[in-house]
Parts: sequence; structure tokens; C-alpha cells
Amino acid sequence: MSAAHSHGPAVAEPTSFEFTAENIELAKRIIAKYPEGRQQSAVMPLLDLAQRQCGGWLPKVAIDYVAHYLDMAPIRALEVASFYTMYNLKPVGKHFVQVCTTTPCWLRGSDEVLHACESRLGIKPGQTTADGQFTVIEVECLGACVNAPMMQIGDDFYEDLTAETTTAILDALARGEKPATGPQNGRIRACPSGGPTTLTESALKAGVKPAGQA
Amino acid sequence: MLRDEDRIFTNLYGFESPFLDGAKARGDWSGTKEILDLGRDKIIDLVKESGLRGRGGAGFSTGMKWSFMPKTSNGPVYLVVNADEGEPGTCKDREIMRHDPHKLIEGCLIAGFAIGATATYIYIRGEFYYEAANVQRAIDEAYASGLIGKNACGSGYDHDVYLHLGAGAYICGEETALIESLEGKKGQPRNKPPFPAMAGLYSRPTTVNNVESIAVVPTILRRGASWFANLGRPKNSGTKLFCVSGHVNQPATVEEEMGIPLKELIEKHCGGVRGGWDNLLAIIPGGSSVPLLPKEICDTVLMDFDSLRDVRSGLGTAAVIVMDKSTDIVKAIARLSKFYMHESCGQCTPCREGTGWMWRVMERLVKGQAHVEEIDMLLDVTKQVEGHTICALGDAAAWPIQGLMRHFRPEVERRILEYRTRADRGARVAAE
Repeated sequence: MSAAHSHGPAVAEPTSFEFTAENIELAKRIIAKYPEGRQQSAVMPLLDLAQRQCGGWLPKVAIDYVAHYLDMAPIRALEVASFYTMYNLKPVGKHFVQVCTTTPCWLRGSDEVLHACESRLGIKPGQTTADGQFTVIEVECLGACVNAPMMQIGDDFYEDLTAETTTAILDALARGEKPATGPQNGRIRACPSGGPTTLTESALKAGVKPAGQA
Repeated sequence: MLRDEDRIFTNLYGFESPFLDGAKARGDWSGTKEILDLGRDKIIDLVKESGLRGRGGAGFSTGMKWSFMPKTSNGPVYLVVNADEGEPGTCKDREIMRHDPHKLIEGCLIAGFAIGATATYIYIRGEFYYEAANVQRAIDEAYASGLIGKNACGSGYDHDVYLHLGAGAYICGEETALIESLEGKKGQPRNKPPFPAMAGLYSRPTTVNNVESIAVVPTILRRGASWFANLGRPKNSGTKLFCVSGHVNQPATVEEEMGIPLKELIEKHCGGVRGGWDNLLAIIPGGSSVPLLPKEICDTVLMDFDSLRDVRSGLGTAAVIVMDKSTDIVKAIARLSKFYMHESCGQCTPCREGTGWMWRVMERLVKGQAHVEEIDMLLDVTKQVEGHTICALGDAAAWPIQGLMRHFRPEVERRILEYRTRADRGARVAAE
């Protein structure tokens, strides 16, 4: 079941919402994926569009708008928005930091990653910095376990973290930079850090040294 | 060790382009029309002969599952691909989607044809934003090249492929919850029967398959069912993506032959256990749901469905979570209990109430703050949850605890005793 949506800076609840012209076009393309009369299937992607347009959260007016747009009872859309963890029903900071602490990440030091976030930002999980720049929460498995520990900020995965690299990423974001995503320890994606033990030929073609080769 | 020429996922690490140029160079989309020309029944027979068992966790014969679909149908029929990868430890489908999406799309066409589907929906977990972007680009390329859509590959068969993004809910990995979610509702599992093959998406005949199960199909049909069947062991054939996480020197995802010894998997591909094999405490061999195995079983066990079932665990998603001797094993399992509590959809009382209850007791057991009798009470509760819910999430929450008590009960008892001794000593001091 969805987590408590209690995080968030003080932002006034908007009184109206409608999709931008660009999002209207996207919404049309999304709805076209589903059979005639099954437009309710588009509720999740449309809520996502609305959330992105609202700066990372879903005010009630936006949920109602999406429900109306799809000819659904508003409560059915709210039911969806409150069930799935990726919908934020309260405002979040510009950088929405989600630290995975499920067992595979925990085994490799997610406590240190979380502590690094807390001490760099001066907030606890569930809180937002006073300047509205960062929100930190703890989340369940994000599906990058061989690159543990990891965190997701916005859409981006930062993997193979240490306390130091976590702090460096937050520092870079605070300076308005865009840090490189993916593994932070120099390895290639889900490949063993000592070099690939398989797919030797294609590794060599790509200029990657296979494991155990001088 | 599996030879490179027998690997299916030859772009596992993204050394090459994931898109159509790279995919074609790797052999994807070659002779697809000839495969479709074999006809539905022949394709299903070949997939059965290959011995392919579903890669999503349950290990049911893929060809058999397809054969449950009605042979004729008036109206739409659906293939739904379960790409809601979320079982802790599991990150294999992610690599397929971001580095080899055309294997999945071609698999959708062939599997869709075999079950008589009119369209495929690929349901990807919402957090996989860039993985989904790669899959969408591959879909667009396939449409533009006439590989899917009207008269796909010139076969005369029309098949659409659509991508649908989830929004954060582990339960949507359960096939009927996934279907509910795809219909725009809360992801709460449906009672079965009716099974999806009779009434699934929009109440139409539907097959739900895991990403890896679908993505291996084109290669199996190109190289022959016997090629696949001869890899691995009888009834446990083929190759498999293994994700090895936790306390190994080099965590990685790797494709290996089914039935590879667990120790060999870790030592050949992952640089061994941190501190050496003798520093191993326990391994969860198939994702968070399956019971852990202590070192003495890990020494010799083979990584396939039947070998792991024989030691009362399971291959699951082949997500291997390694724990060395520094691990607080009770806490590691308690954290999984918290996961299942968080992810229970709340529909069935045994799971809604039981997962929270089990987690709270597990948290006390981490500290030893319990009575020894509570271990049996906890095991009894796991049995009351297991098998008494609509879907398998209740079972999945019960099994890790059962595995812990099966193999590490003395450690749990030791903590309880230590806690009591400490408490007694404190009481004596207070009395003096």
C-alpha cells in the first residue's frame, strides 16, 4: 500500500489546473493506446503528466481534472493517486531524493547513504529543506540491486554510492549542476567492476578490457 | 561455463547500440516471417520442447501457458508483458529493456502470434523512466520498419505493441493486479478463476509473461528448441540471467547456464564472497521471497528450479543476495518483512494484518526482546498467512521468516537469552 505522503514544503493548494497545449497532445497520444471506451487505462500516465506539470506533486484540482478528462468519477482517480507511491499528494522539493533501503541496498551501506543525505541537507527522511530545493525519503527496492546502494533523484538513478559520492552528488545539484548518473565508482552499468567475465569479443570491440586480461 | 556463442543477451552491458542497427547486427529480426510461417501450434510446440519455464519466478512452462489460450476468439486477445520488476534483488529485465529492447519487441510479435493476440501491452515499472524510453524507441523503430503493426514483417499478421508505465507498487508484479492497474485501477489482485487466459485485460483472453521469458523466444526459435533444451539440466533447461548482489566483491548481472553451481556463479563472475567463501553466512538464491540458504547448502547447490526446490528454497527470479558473516541476519530478514508490510495491497486481512504483525515481532527479535515461545507463535502466524490470501504476496512475506527460523533459530534464541540475561542483571542491580 502506498506510503504516507506527509513530506513537503509549504506551498498553497492551487485552485485550478488544466493541461498545457503540449500535454493535451501527449494525453491524446496516450489515450489512443487503449481501446475505445477504455480511456480509464490512461489514468496513471495522465496523472504522471499532471504531476510533472505541477512540479512533482498532484494537487486535488489536478486529480479531479484528470478524472474529468477521462470521464471517471473523481474518487476513482484519487483512489489511484493515493495507491501508487510515485504520486505525491503533497508538494516536494525541486530535487526529490529517494534512497533505497531494502535489504540488497542495506547490505551494501544504504544507512551511510541516508545519513549522508541527512547531514548534507540537515533534514530527516520525509522532510524538505527550507529553501524548497531538496526532499529526502526512504523507499523500497528500485530494481538496481547489483548496483547497490543507490538512490533516485527525479528520474535519475545514482548507483554504487558511498557517503562521499552521495554528498558530492547533492553538492553538485545544489550548485545547479547535473551530475553524471549511473554507477559512481567507475564501473560499467551491471558489468562486474573488474571487467566483463563474458561477452569478451564485444567488450574488446567497445574498448573495454575483459576481466583478467592485462 | 556457458560459451559466449550460446548467450542470448549479447548486449547485456550495453557495449553495443541497443537500437535497430545494433539489434540487427546481433541477429534480431532475422527470419522472423519464417518463424511466424511455422504457424501458432508449431511455435507453441517448439517452445514446449525447448523446456522454457517462466522467468518471472513461478517457473511454469511458457509453451504450456500459451496453449491455455482459446484457439479462436471473436474480438481482441492480449499479450501482456510483466516488466514491473520489483522483487528485491532482481534487476535483470532492466538490462534487457535498456540494452536489448528489440529482443523483447520481436518476442512480443512471435508470442503474440502464437497465442492469437491482437496487441501487446508492456507494463514497465514507473521508476524505469530511461529503460521505458529505450523500449519506446525500439517500438517506434519496429513500426517504422514494418516489423510490427499492420502486416508485421510481411507475414499478413497485424500486431500492435504498446508501452504502459506503472507508478510504484510491487503488487502490480502479480499478474491480475497488473491487469487491474492496466485498466486504470488500484493494483489489487483478482480472485481466480477466471484465469486471465479466459478473462484477463478488459475481460478478454490474456497471457501475462515476464520480460525475460518473452525476450528469449526469438533466439530459441532461430537456434532450435533442442539447442535450448540441451543447455542446463532436464526440466531446467536453457540460459538464465542471474543478478548477484550483496556481499560479493563484484556484484553483477550475468547470463549463465541453468544449473550452474551457486559457488561457481559467485566465484567466476562476481569476484567471490567478500573475505572469501568461508566468510559466507547465507544466501537468498532467488529474490527476497524465497527462503535463505546457509553456507553448507550453498557449498554445493545448483542454480535451477528443481535443485533449489529440493533444498526448500526456490530459483524465483534468480536474484542472488549474498550475506557474509558480518551480516545481522535477523535484521536482514526483518527488513524484508517491512518491505512486504509496505507492499501489501490491503485487500486480504491475513496479509494486511499479518505482514505488519510479523514485521513488529521480527523487529523485537532483532534485539532479542521477546520470549522464546514467540518464535513458534511467529511461525504459526506465517502459516496462517501463507495460502490464505488471494495472491502470493502473503506467501512471499511468510517464506523469508520460515527460512530464517529453519536455519538460524539458534541465533534468534541466543539473542533472546542474551537480552533476558541483560535485563535480569539490570533488575538485580536495581534491587541491591
